[in-house]
Amino acid sequence: MWTDEQVASRQSPVPSQSASARSGGWALSYWRLETGDWRLMTWSPATVERAEAILALYPNPRSAVMPLLYMAMHEEGRLTDEGMQEVARWTGVSSAQVLAVASFYTMYKQHVGRHLVSVCRSISCHLLDSSAVIDAVADEAGVPAGETAADGSITVESVECIGACGGAPAVQVDYEMVEGMTPDKARALVRWLLDERPETVRSDDLQERFGGARSFDWGPADSAEAVGPFPAYGPYGTVGGSG
Amino acid sequence: MIEPLLTSRMTAHPADSHTIARYEATGGYDALRKALKMKPEEIAAEVKASNLAGRGGAGFPTGVKWGFLAPATPRYLVINADESEPGTFKDRQLLERDPHQLVEGIVIAAYALNTNRAFVYIRGEYPRPARRLHAAIEEARTAGYIGDDILGSGFALEVTIHLGAGAYICGEETALLNSLEGLRGEPRIKPPFPAVAGLYAKPTIVNNVETISNMPWIVTHGGAAYDAIGPEGSRGTRLFSVSGHVERPGNYEIVMGMTWRDLIYDLGGGVRDGKALKCWIPGGASAPWLTPEHVDEPITIQACTRLGTMLGSGGIVVMDETTNVVAAALSLVRFFAHESCGQCTPCREGTSWLERILERILHGRGRMSDLDLLLDVSDNISPGLRWPPAMTTICPLGPSAVSPITSIMANFRDEVVAMIAGEVPAGV
Repeated sequence: MWTDEQVASRQSPVPSQSASARSGGWALSYWRLETGDWRLMTWSPATVERAEAILALYPNPRSAVMPLLYMAMHEEGRLTDEGMQEVARWTGVSSAQVLAVASFYTMYKQHVGRHLVSVCRSISCHLLDSSAVIDAVADEAGVPAGETAADGSITVESVECIGACGGAPAVQVDYEMVEGMTPDKARALVRWLLDERPETVRSDDLQERFGGARSFDWGPADSAEAVGPFPAYGPYGTVGGSG
Repeated sequence: MIEPLLTSRMTAHPADSHTIARYEATGGYDALRKALKMKPEEIAAEVKASNLAGRGGAGFPTGVKWGFLAPATPRYLVINADESEPGTFKDRQLLERDPHQLVEGIVIAAYALNTNRAFVYIRGEYPRPARRLHAAIEEARTAGYIGDDILGSGFALEVTIHLGAGAYICGEETALLNSLEGLRGEPRIKPPFPAVAGLYAKPTIVNNVETISNMPWIVTHGGAAYDAIGPEGSRGTRLFSVSGHVERPGNYEIVMGMTWRDLIYDLGGGVRDGKALKCWIPGGASAPWLTPEHVDEPITIQACTRLGTMLGSGGIVVMDETTNVVAAALSLVRFFAHESCGQCTPCREGTSWLERILERILHGRGRMSDLDLLLDVSDNISPGLRWPPAMTTICPLGPSAVSPITSIMANFRDEVVAMIAGEVPAGV
């Protein structure tokens, strides 16, 4: 547990605008909104614990901005202004500086559906007709590339190289890779996501169900317990990490 | 043909090459035991003697780079696993299939460089590789290969994985360091070089995954043995990612010096569906293209320099005779326009201009003046349009976007003209 001094040291660089306390493992912070109202911010105990562990990994707390942005996305399902303010509070930089970072990288998203389908459009995939895969995904999902379905079920995007050129055209679902796609397989993949609404997806499972030729022999599948490093991949993807 | 240095284990033991049990059973971590009995400077001397050149793209000699490391402490080792160059997927295979080889290389390199902190920057779109490396690091820590007192030597090392979040530019080493510091991934002006003022302004060495994966072999067999493989100036084996219109795409570990014909036709199975070869990109999206007259040239750094291109990141993209080169160039230029960090005006504005001009040509709205305009904009990004490129920008991303332009204008100008004249159907 933190001492009161440690809690105080985690406060925003603008103390008059916020207050925070900790009880029962929950980090509580209050933020003054532009409207003048106070809003209670909470990160779950698990997230708080992981945020603390992430900060401990780096010589400088600012280095935790990127992993904590993933945590903020995981916490709310997307990146919000409040989430970015929370990251600022943890890392001791201004929320404008956090926004500067968040807006630079494509994987921090303020609007994203339950599943994110990313179709590669870079050269090797382009040569093997990735545009037909993009069209099939967009058609089956009912939204054009770059948009999210009205019911929040799915976001479709075309992205630059995802490192699967030998298995082109390639797609990622919540950043989990599927190689050797065809328009028909892509349609089946989208249908499955919309109908089954899986809690999490994994490359090995996706590849087996919907994939084709691979960039290389993947070897054995990840075990079900396999976890990633910090941070999680959110919002609904392979959230996992270890302490 | 010598035994592959990096991929033998994954080929011989596909079921468990990523586990510590298999790694140790095949001689793994013996190199570390040997290294810890050597002096750090002795290991650095072996690496220098190996003439290993960096495998990330720039091809700078690793031992020379290490020699620039300033004496100040703390100092850092950073592994660049931000593999994002279109056409390149070799580091992904090394991370997924033989992560302990990399981990052992990291510990050896950290010991040689006298640092106790290493970071591995993996691109965010690589969750499976990240899981595999994470598991390997945990296994290595349990076995005593990472930690406070490695194998009783007193040497301490902590390795941390840091995930990127979707930015090609973070493969540039100073942008990577900014990203690791929690900043936008914008390249820094050099000098100072990272070896003097890198991560947190401390001396830092940034090396690619494949580069560091060679360390166990070099320590085991010695730098001279590595220097005996392949032609002078292009020593050792190298992983090439072959993709595009080939029958057998994949990663191929070869001794440099073999010809493009050997790689594309013998290993890659030739152009798919029996089609004719039109051209290929020899070293990732940034490299100027080669054409069929070059198929019997050797795959070496020197030969590529002579032909005005580079081996870069080792990503080979083959295009067959049916390829619409304007559409291909647009795909490449659009990539760079999308990934430009925006710091330098010639790159930020120029890459978008090139993208828009190609787009209008492709969609039947091109003008004959676009031929000169493409080259004029390119010349403003990379004056003289020569190779290696002159730069008006902090990093080479802008000049990289010029490579597809000069490639189509030098080799396929007739096709561009025909498209503008409406003699071939517009559209992709």
